[in-house]
Amino acid sequence: MLKALLSHRTGLFSLLFLTILLLSALFGPYLYPISPFEVDVQKILLPPSLEHPLGTDLLGRDVLARILYGARISLQVSFVAVGLSLFIGVSLGAIAGYYGGLVDQIICRLIDMFLCFPTIFLILAVIAYLEPSLTNIMIVIGLTSWMGVARLVRAEILSLKEREFVLSARLYGASSARIIVRHLLPNAIAPILVSASLGMGHAILIESALSFLGIGVQPPTPSWGNMLIEGKETLEVAWWLSLFPGVAILLTVLALTLLSEALQDILNPKRK
Amino acid sequence: MFRFLIKRLAIMLLTLWGVLTISFGLIHLAPGDPLSPMTEFNPKITPEFRERLIKMYGLDKPLHERYLKWLKGVITLDFGQSFSLDQRPVWDKIKERLPVTILINSLALIIILLIGIPIGVYSAVHAGTLRDRLITIFTLLGYSMPSFWFALLLMMLFGVKLGLLPISGLHSGVGYEEMSFFEKVLDWTKHLIMPLLVATFGGVAGIARYVRNSMVEVLQSDFILFARAKGLPERKVLYRHALRNALLPLITILGLSLPGLIGGSVIFESIFGIPGVGQLMWQAVLSRDYPVILANLVLVSVLTLLGNFLADIGYALADPRIRTGGKT
Repeated sequence: MLKALLSHRTGLFSLLFLTILLLSALFGPYLYPISPFEVDVQKILLPPSLEHPLGTDLLGRDVLARILYGARISLQVSFVAVGLSLFIGVSLGAIAGYYGGLVDQIICRLIDMFLCFPTIFLILAVIAYLEPSLTNIMIVIGLTSWMGVARLVRAEILSLKEREFVLSARLYGASSARIIVRHLLPNAIAPILVSASLGMGHAILIESALSFLGIGVQPPTPSWGNMLIEGKETLEVAWWLSLFPGVAILLTVLALTLLSEALQDILNPKRK
Repeated sequence: MFRFLIKRLAIMLLTLWGVLTISFGLIHLAPGDPLSPMTEFNPKITPEFRERLIKMYGLDKPLHERYLKWLKGVITLDFGQSFSLDQRPVWDKIKERLPVTILINSLALIIILLIGIPIGVYSAVHAGTLRDRLITIFTLLGYSMPSFWFALLLMMLFGVKLGLLPISGLHSGVGYEEMSFFEKVLDWTKHLIMPLLVATFGGVAGIARYVRNSMVEVLQSDFILFARAKGLPERKVLYRHALRNALLPLITILGLSLPGLIGGSVIFESIFGIPGVGQLMWQAVLSRDYPVILANLVLVSVLTLLGNFLADIGYALADPRIRTGGKT
């Protein structure tokens, strides 16, 4: 599948962009040595220049360094939240699809119930009881976004479980757990990847919105969302503070969306 | 149809009960003391007063008793008192803000349909051309655009640079009372343009994309080929035969997109300072006003549930296969 992805034009581009983003999040601080935390009152609100390519903020901190640091936060949130939601969604979906009957009924109703909560409200309500910290946000996003994957995996398993290869595995005496993990799930991996890629973009959007509303990642830790709070305060004097962090979010989410589009194209060649 | 309705209604009530129970569980099983934000760091609150508060909110009772009492309260719209300084009943606070949120969201939904569907159809009819590609780029941008950043950009352009539109509130503060009716309407419209743009941008993109894909698929089906072979004019083929079938699943999609739309209220109401339910939720979370948070959560999920229920019925009305027992 990776090969097909590399020969797909938008797929290749988005993969390339995400790789560069990942690398610069990991190694950015070594390549670009200015600290994202260093306050310098001499350098407040400097527009973009050679010394500070994306300008400086209200406390004289370098915006590029903060965006690079923010990339770490966003990627971390998206990996952990999606990891968690995949874990819950795949398990519940597989159980519902494989066992059917009452178990399936209960899980489906549970999915319907969770789908009734507007995600943002649910997350806000939970965050209000916990401290707004990075860890809590990742967990809460994960706990509230597993329903789509669960439905998807359930449908995949339903369509696969009557096939001959499952029957023969069962005849050989394979346990249910083994059939699900070794025989059924590998066949469902592609749609799971599509949904994971969309889910990562979604997680980044939610984290940045929460941070922007002051309920997410707390300053001084820079996140793309909370950098935009300052952007809003300085709308009239410092356009670079509202522009660049937003562009970072937009491009990253766009790349993830395009990646999922490319994956779908590859999975379903008829789709144009 | 009657049996279908009863069945749907039963499922909805079951889901409603589940939603209420999940909300209650979330709040009461979460670690931490719900009174702490009110009493901590407040030297005026003595241990005796704290005891009184615990009694007042019924926190000394066992969990199942509180659960039943709370359920009863929800049914009678009694959500208790706000933790904030005014200590008003929660429902009063929500009631006065509900109309604004419902107004904006209904307007947004109408705009999304009015703009999204034609864009989708246009794109499908011209599938594969440059125009289709441009529209696809636009819809993908709409998907990926953080709505709060879009709001900031709009504020920067129309509010600050051009000075055309007010950046906060529902209507002007000074001089609003003296305006004539017509001026008031104009004033509201000006204030609502940017929030509505933010509320609809993502939705228009989503619906356009959905309609396009659905339409492209339908246009490849046999009955369209037949309609064309029959010599029907292209207009008729498109609007009579294709569009109707392509729009059917849209009813469900609309029901499903409701939570996102209502959820968006938190964002644009907080940014543009609109006194709706979303802003109330945001403020309640910042000040840890738990009764208000819980009531808001319940309210928006019940609204969503109702929306889904109506979508189900609408779908059944539009498509006889659903209500006559063809597998749902």
